[in-house]
Amino acid sequence: METVELLIDNIPIKVPAGTTILKAAEEAGVHIPTLCYLEDINEIGACRICVVEVEGYSTLAAACVMPVHQGMVVKTNTPAVRASRRMNLELILSDHDSDCPTCIRNGNCELQTLCEELNVRNVRFEGTKKHERILDTSTPALVRDTGKCILCYRCVSVCDHVQGVDAIAAVNRGFETTIAPAFNKGLIDVPCVECGQCILTCPVGALYEKECIDEVWTAIADKEKFTVVQTAPATRVSIGEEFGMEPGDISTGQMVAALRRLGFDAVMDTDFTADLTIMEEGHEFIERLTEGGVLPLITSCSPGWVKYMEHFYPEFIPNMSTCKSPQQMFGALAKTFYAEKIDLDPEKVVSVSIMPCTAKKYEAQRPEMRDSGYQDVDYVLTTRELARMIKEAGIDFKNLPEEDYDDPMGESTGAAVIFGATGGVMEAALRTAYEVITGKTLASVDFHDVRGLEGIKEATVDVDGTEVKVAVAHSLGHARELLERVKAGSQYHFIEIMGCPGGCIGGGGQPIPTDTEIRDARMKGIYEADEAMALRKSHDNPSIKAIYEEYLGKPLGDKSHHLLHTEYTERSQY
Amino acid sequence: MVKENRVVLRNHGELDPLKIDEYIARDGYNALKKAFNMGQDDVIEEVKASKLRGRGGAGFSCGLKWLFTKQVEADQKYVVCNADEGEPGTYKDRMIMQYDPHTLIEGMAICGYAVGADKGYIYCRGEYPYILDILNTAIGQAAEKGLLGDFSIEVRYGAGAYVCGEETALLASLEGKRGEPSCKPPYPTVEGVWKKPTVVNNVETFASVPSIINKGAEWYSSIGDPDYPGTKILTLSGDVNNTTFFEVPTDTTLREVIFGLGGGMKDGKAFKAAQVGGNSGAFVPESLLDTPIAFDSMESISATLGSGAVFVLDETRDIVDVSCRVAGFFVHESCGKCAPCRIGTTRIHEIIERIGQGRGNAADLVLLKDLGSVMAGSCLCGLGQAAPVPILSVLKHFAEDYDAAIARAGEVC
Repeated sequence: METVELLIDNIPIKVPAGTTILKAAEEAGVHIPTLCYLEDINEIGACRICVVEVEGYSTLAAACVMPVHQGMVVKTNTPAVRASRRMNLELILSDHDSDCPTCIRNGNCELQTLCEELNVRNVRFEGTKKHERILDTSTPALVRDTGKCILCYRCVSVCDHVQGVDAIAAVNRGFETTIAPAFNKGLIDVPCVECGQCILTCPVGALYEKECIDEVWTAIADKEKFTVVQTAPATRVSIGEEFGMEPGDISTGQMVAALRRLGFDAVMDTDFTADLTIMEEGHEFIERLTEGGVLPLITSCSPGWVKYMEHFYPEFIPNMSTCKSPQQMFGALAKTFYAEKIDLDPEKVVSVSIMPCTAKKYEAQRPEMRDSGYQDVDYVLTTRELARMIKEAGIDFKNLPEEDYDDPMGESTGAAVIFGATGGVMEAALRTAYEVITGKTLASVDFHDVRGLEGIKEATVDVDGTEVKVAVAHSLGHARELLERVKAGSQYHFIEIMGCPGGCIGGGGQPIPTDTEIRDARMKGIYEADEAMALRKSHDNPSIKAIYEEYLGKPLGDKSHHLLHTEYTERSQY
Repeated sequence: MVKENRVVLRNHGELDPLKIDEYIARDGYNALKKAFNMGQDDVIEEVKASKLRGRGGAGFSCGLKWLFTKQVEADQKYVVCNADEGEPGTYKDRMIMQYDPHTLIEGMAICGYAVGADKGYIYCRGEYPYILDILNTAIGQAAEKGLLGDFSIEVRYGAGAYVCGEETALLASLEGKRGEPSCKPPYPTVEGVWKKPTVVNNVETFASVPSIINKGAEWYSSIGDPDYPGTKILTLSGDVNNTTFFEVPTDTTLREVIFGLGGGMKDGKAFKAAQVGGNSGAFVPESLLDTPIAFDSMESISATLGSGAVFVLDETRDIVDVSCRVAGFFVHESCGKCAPCRIGTTRIHEIIERIGQGRGNAADLVLLKDLGSVMAGSCLCGLGQAAPVPILSVLKHFAEDYDAAIARAGEVC
């Protein structure tokens, strides 16, 4: 590869041609502040915070996009550079709702950090703020606050380039520019899938989840109510980040203890219904494979993906697994099986879930999700919201003694925990399907081909002489690519799709920041948790065997069909 | 007494623009035929040797731009004519397209041949709907006569955004996207329309080319200023007697333009200032009127020749009010992509408005200068970089007007 030599702040550095000044400066140990920049996703040089002086250039250059060249002389700390960075920050602040103490991102805001870093002490501009402030609360999951928006375009880029949804874009011009759905409508009026990736990329508090912390506090405090909480697989390797732990640190036991201290009456695990999903979906796959059903079978755990499919690829509805997601299976059972078991009026059960996801808030409110006779899941809290509640309650999370989940929906296997990472549902399904079809025990339960952060993964598994072709995609952009391959004739038996990059560990409800490195660390935590489990195949879970014996009968049986399966609806793109 | 030298406008008023035969009768399409018989590199070399520099405002060597585009290996290349003539007071491109469209078409076709592009676009200002039929008729006539070889031209219209005169925004708009500029590199010569190598030149630049090929680089480069040779069409407006257009050699001074061809000030009033190059241009005081209009000489007085608009103000004009209106223009035309332009243009306007209303103070002047210099240095595209130029020029040359406005504020208090 061609390399070029240049000077950055008098430090000689050699980097490959085409490297940006920003990256070259990193190599040279020089930090250049950025705001709108998001590697590989939003490289547009719009905020002008990363400007630097380049010898021979009449204007400053945006380090995040300007490629280096041989002999370039860059200066990152000159009066003009400092003045420009501060002035540009002052300008941004002059058009920003700077009511920081009550902002959801207070303390975790890139704009705050930059102001500190660059010694901004006052804003010399008094003037109007852009247009009328719009607070878009039209969807069940997301809030969009244009008063906080600094027009960095990161959300636009992630929605378009990564997710391929393109629900939001710049509307109007100049000072009146707003990031909004087409024609300044609400997010509910466009095919936003409520995945929340925009929230993860937002440097400020312009995009966030619709919180239900107060509703949950009220339910907990209500003596008449019995609160049941479930925790999604991916939350146990990320919530610790909110309390100074490392991404990927497994804090299942502390999370259970914290939930009890918050006052939940029963603390159980979505992992249990993840195992149950495998029993149902695994049998659905076996049935379609052996009896000639519609293939490829496509997973349905990810509500962002499901909504995307309904808007953009409704022709795949017959391919979709009819299984509800583990959250919704849990919700349906909490107000039926569980309520009966502990002799409670289901009306008094308040079902809460802790999810790495914003689209789960939307999923819980789908009209199909009332098979218990009530809304199956009443409140969905993101990982971040749970952390806020724990902080509010003054609980020292990191030093909590580890506690176990309650029965009878607390026991799970390694197959369930890997639902949290891309490829996990596929791997868990293969572990069960293989053994059920062949009657043999797997030599190794690890299916490495379907693991990792590669966008689309393919594998072929020999099931007693039958070559089963599977594919896995994460992020909706990759989902689109895979579905187009299918439409072009690629043959698969089974496809797993997760809406968010990395799967649920990278979900829109996860701690901020969530970047590739952090996704990777959380994913490692997921597979460590799997390996640490005594049981690693869903059909080996004793509590699963018990619920079929006691209540459900058999996979795909009548009761399963009523409580655990669902249907899909074609939705408009416009 | 300075005289006009009509090179680009040589056919102006001499022919019916919709009759190709009249153009041909006046040596039309000879340059293209001549170019076809030259090597591609020879055509580029001729244009380079003529020292023709872009007439859109940036003043980049036309021949070099063509050469860069030619040098890139690609299966498809394009020629794009920037006809998004948006500077207030400028109408030179319209004159060319409306009254001699074949000169433009011939220039573009020569470029297409030289760089290896078989497709051209004319991106025309949305406010010139009546030009469409003229251009399409002329393109059709040239194609029908088989004059253009395999080169074809399509006319596309803008939607009225000034920023689309910036070449990357123009290309985005041409592709049907929001008209927003993007950072360079990549330059259009490497990655332009549809991500293919693209020459983007102004109407006047292309229209200069046929004469250069016909008469030779040496002839052209001997006209006007040696570093920015040739002619430039100027459009005069404001408090001057002859509010019209002239094509002059580039070594003509502003004084010759305003007091010679322009016939001096209206109603015998005294000269106050001239804004040169459109709304993004600097205001020039009387003391600097002996500056030639050429690119570099204008730059040496922190001004720009730009589009060639010359807007003349007499002694009765309120500079604070005029600069406030200029600032308002940029509030309206900023695209909103980069922070310093999106917010800075509004803040400049607010501060000047405050001063004009007698609510300003000395700190406002400091802030205005600080903001202006940051915008000039750090905005993403030429629009934002140029937006403070007129303001900084009045703060420099007409400081007393601002001081007076601020002093009035003191009296009010």
